[in-house]
Amino acid sequence: MTAELATTPAESDCTTDILRERGQREVFCGLTGIVWLHRKIQDAFFLIVGSRTCAHLMQSAAGVMIFAEPRFATAVIEERDLAGMADANEELDRVASQVLARRPDIKTLFLVGSCPSEVIKLDLSRAAERLNKTHTDVRILNYSGSGIETTFTEGEDFCLESLVPELPQAPAEERSLMVVGSLADVVEDQFIRLFDAMGLGPVHFLPARNSETLPPVGEGTRYLLAQPFLGKTAQALEGRGAKRIAAPFPLGAKGTESWLRAAADAFGVSDERFEAAVSAPRARAIKALERYREALEGKRIFFFPDSQLEIPLARMLHHECGMELLEVGSPYIHRSHLDCELPQLPASTQLSEGQHVDSQLDRCRDAKPDLTVCGLGLANPLEAEGLSTKWAIELVFTPIQGFEQAGDLAELFARPLRRRDVLRVK
Amino acid sequence: MKLTVWTYEGPPHVGAMRIATAMTDLHYVLHAPQGDTYADLLFTMIERRNHRPPVTYTTFQARDLGSDTAELFKDAATDAYERYKPAAMIVGASCTAELIQDDPGGLAARLGLPCPVLPLELPSYSKKENWGASETFYRLVRGLCSPHAPAPGDPKPERREGPPRANILGPTALGFRHRDDIKEITKLLGKLGVEVNVVAPLNASVRDVTRLGDADFNVVLYPEIADAAARWLEKAFGQPRTTVTPMGVGATRDFVREVAGFIGVDPEPALDDEDLRLPWWTRSVDSNYLTGKRVFVFGDATHAIAAARVAVEEMGFELVGLGAYNREFGRDVREAAAKYGVEPLIIDDYLEVEAAIEAARPELVLGTQMERHIAKRLGVACTVISAPVHVEDFPARYAPVMGYEGANVLFDTWVHPLVMGLEEHLLGMFREDWEFSDENGPSHLGGHAPAPRKPAPVPVEAAPAPEPVTNTVEPTAPGEPVWDDDAMKELKKIPFFVRGKARRNTETYAAEHGTDTITVETLYDAKAHFGR
Repeated sequence: MTAELATTPAESDCTTDILRERGQREVFCGLTGIVWLHRKIQDAFFLIVGSRTCAHLMQSAAGVMIFAEPRFATAVIEERDLAGMADANEELDRVASQVLARRPDIKTLFLVGSCPSEVIKLDLSRAAERLNKTHTDVRILNYSGSGIETTFTEGEDFCLESLVPELPQAPAEERSLMVVGSLADVVEDQFIRLFDAMGLGPVHFLPARNSETLPPVGEGTRYLLAQPFLGKTAQALEGRGAKRIAAPFPLGAKGTESWLRAAADAFGVSDERFEAAVSAPRARAIKALERYREALEGKRIFFFPDSQLEIPLARMLHHECGMELLEVGSPYIHRSHLDCELPQLPASTQLSEGQHVDSQLDRCRDAKPDLTVCGLGLANPLEAEGLSTKWAIELVFTPIQGFEQAGDLAELFARPLRRRDVLRVK
Repeated sequence: MKLTVWTYEGPPHVGAMRIATAMTDLHYVLHAPQGDTYADLLFTMIERRNHRPPVTYTTFQARDLGSDTAELFKDAATDAYERYKPAAMIVGASCTAELIQDDPGGLAARLGLPCPVLPLELPSYSKKENWGASETFYRLVRGLCSPHAPAPGDPKPERREGPPRANILGPTALGFRHRDDIKEITKLLGKLGVEVNVVAPLNASVRDVTRLGDADFNVVLYPEIADAAARWLEKAFGQPRTTVTPMGVGATRDFVREVAGFIGVDPEPALDDEDLRLPWWTRSVDSNYLTGKRVFVFGDATHAIAAARVAVEEMGFELVGLGAYNREFGRDVREAAAKYGVEPLIIDDYLEVEAAIEAARPELVLGTQMERHIAKRLGVACTVISAPVHVEDFPARYAPVMGYEGANVLFDTWVHPLVMGLEEHLLGMFREDWEFSDENGPSHLGGHAPAPRKPAPVPVEAAPAPEPVTNTVEPTAPGEPVWDDDAMKELKKIPFFVRGKARRNTETYAAEHGTDTITVETLYDAKAHFGR
């Protein structure tokens, strides 16, 4: 049996001294979110309006992950579009029509803004409006995934925000739960079974797996964030009357239990019913985590900023695996959405927001952590310096939420340490 | 605007990064927004480099636009010098920074940094990665070597004593097998008594680049990268440059003769190698089955043209397509295509390349990582011969593609994905054997074969099941001759890897003879007409 995490906000020492940095950032831009969003929403296509760099980023970041024809592409801006030799709006309409002709199965087309399209002020919302008139059987939306406005996972935030006005209106008196943030399909299915077992419902998910089943929203909607990077989406949902259920994030046995408990309390599920639903999977999660405790306990960990998942992950690793937290960096710290996470971090944790990668590397080398969580550009260079690393991106592309994945999550951190120990070659 | 699913080349600043990362003490300050740092992972992950690329990104954000992005650039450049103390710096803009026109070159010049600073103008909306690499290398060579060049009209300075010396130009970070090619070519030059003066940019220091003028001639190993710089060196220092890419046995020998001509020595000692095995391997009877295999070649112009020659002259394949994605070398590709009697395909649109490969029905594709993807979808064998690269193109073992060992590597890697000779015959003879099917792929390649499934016995009284639609025999396109049922069944008895060729030949034959319906007779008439 585990004690749950407190779900009431509290003051904590580690938040009084956040290191705020600016400088070179070694993180992806928001376009990268398309790599998972285009698989998650099965009838959506993402058309980036950008440069060759954007297209190159997508195939480099996606690289080995693409096994089928991708439902994304780039409308590459060329010199003639900039020189005014071609009307950029007409060009965009032409390319969008080309995409839709090629993929008649597409029900939602996202026009995705990039750094260059933002700088030349190409109005994608007007383009979406225009295209919606000529392509009546497709929903055409727009959002920005540009690096000048979004960091990595914020791309999903901006994407989901653009979906909120499209959600059908729920009757004011109907109480329903909306789980917000992309989850692996297998995790979503597990949560559906748990909510069913509690008799909690109806439950909807945003994003939905296809465009026909958008979740309804209204005054009776309570939403539960599955991901910590959804500030704008949450704001938009509030604007439609939905209310947030304060909770930590569903990582680890305790995190998942507290997350589910917050929903159960909001919907008046009895303690007995809650216990009956979660006791077996919770026991499995605790058992699975136990296997990694020895490998991780007392090990010192350092997080470079990446996905905004860093704070919930650090909390989980500290409380459930006994790891010692050195620096926990995040691109952005959304204090109110982390209200149940931040108080759980030990006061000695150095939080940092933003990035100056050279200074942070200096701090990391000084701290000599047992494990460093960082992006793909830093991992091999740090390994070569003798530090064990965990690629942060794997934490975004692996099912890690929920009871059944708690062990898998710990395994991701234990594996680099185990590998270092088993290799007998220098 | 151009609809792009996959791209063969990155933007030109990635080309500049390939130069900076290749060198030991050059630093690149790139005016760029957050996100452009993705390019670091190309080097640290794909190439498994153990150092971060020497690139500082200014990382401007929306809120900086219109206020102090120029200030941001100056701070970043100053800090980068302080921290890394490079021997020289290159400065420039990525696609977004190009739009805000901060003039990184001018800003950097005013900083008065205590090292040479070379400004780069790389137009992101019209140029691409190879051009960016070439332009960067050219600017660097010109900027660093100009002070050492004799003034126009002055005689060439007295040659330094000692053996003939060559520079090897063009190898970069993230290049296809550059790491091993330079070893092999260095060895080859050694057989002619030629010493290598400088290899650049790979593993070169800024000081090394200033010494390029000391060589007697230049080896242009990768013209996409080094042609412009070598032409300038030829003018400035009177150094001849090689024009043959030493890939394959014949080309390597031609290269040896070209070099021997530059320095006036006998090429003989370098015309063969005790470890060269391709000539015998390809003449041995076991290789008979390679004869006339249909091969489609696509890549960067240099590798594609060289591969076409090896395919035809050294493997005995039939070339059914030749193309390149870099228009800058389109003329060379057109010339080569004319020589082999195929249509040149000079295009960087992945979807069109896919269509061309599908139409040519090759048995083997020699291409880039993109064609590997296409070939996989079409179920055709493929070997990668050119960038764009992926992690498997950086093997742990020594695997050049140039010089004599390179020729051995080409033989092995091109034959490997094919069905072996005897297996091919057996598959042709016993098409009905459900455990031994061509659709399972070559037997020496594991992993992709579906488990053979014994067909369920068909009840005698049941109506014959409709023929399952498979993607291995597509319907005939409109306007073309129609296959009757029996002919289609007969076609399916032909093994998968030659079926495309048989089909194409039969359809061509039918069209030429004004036959609307293809029967079993037509199929065998065509077979007799074309041979295997």
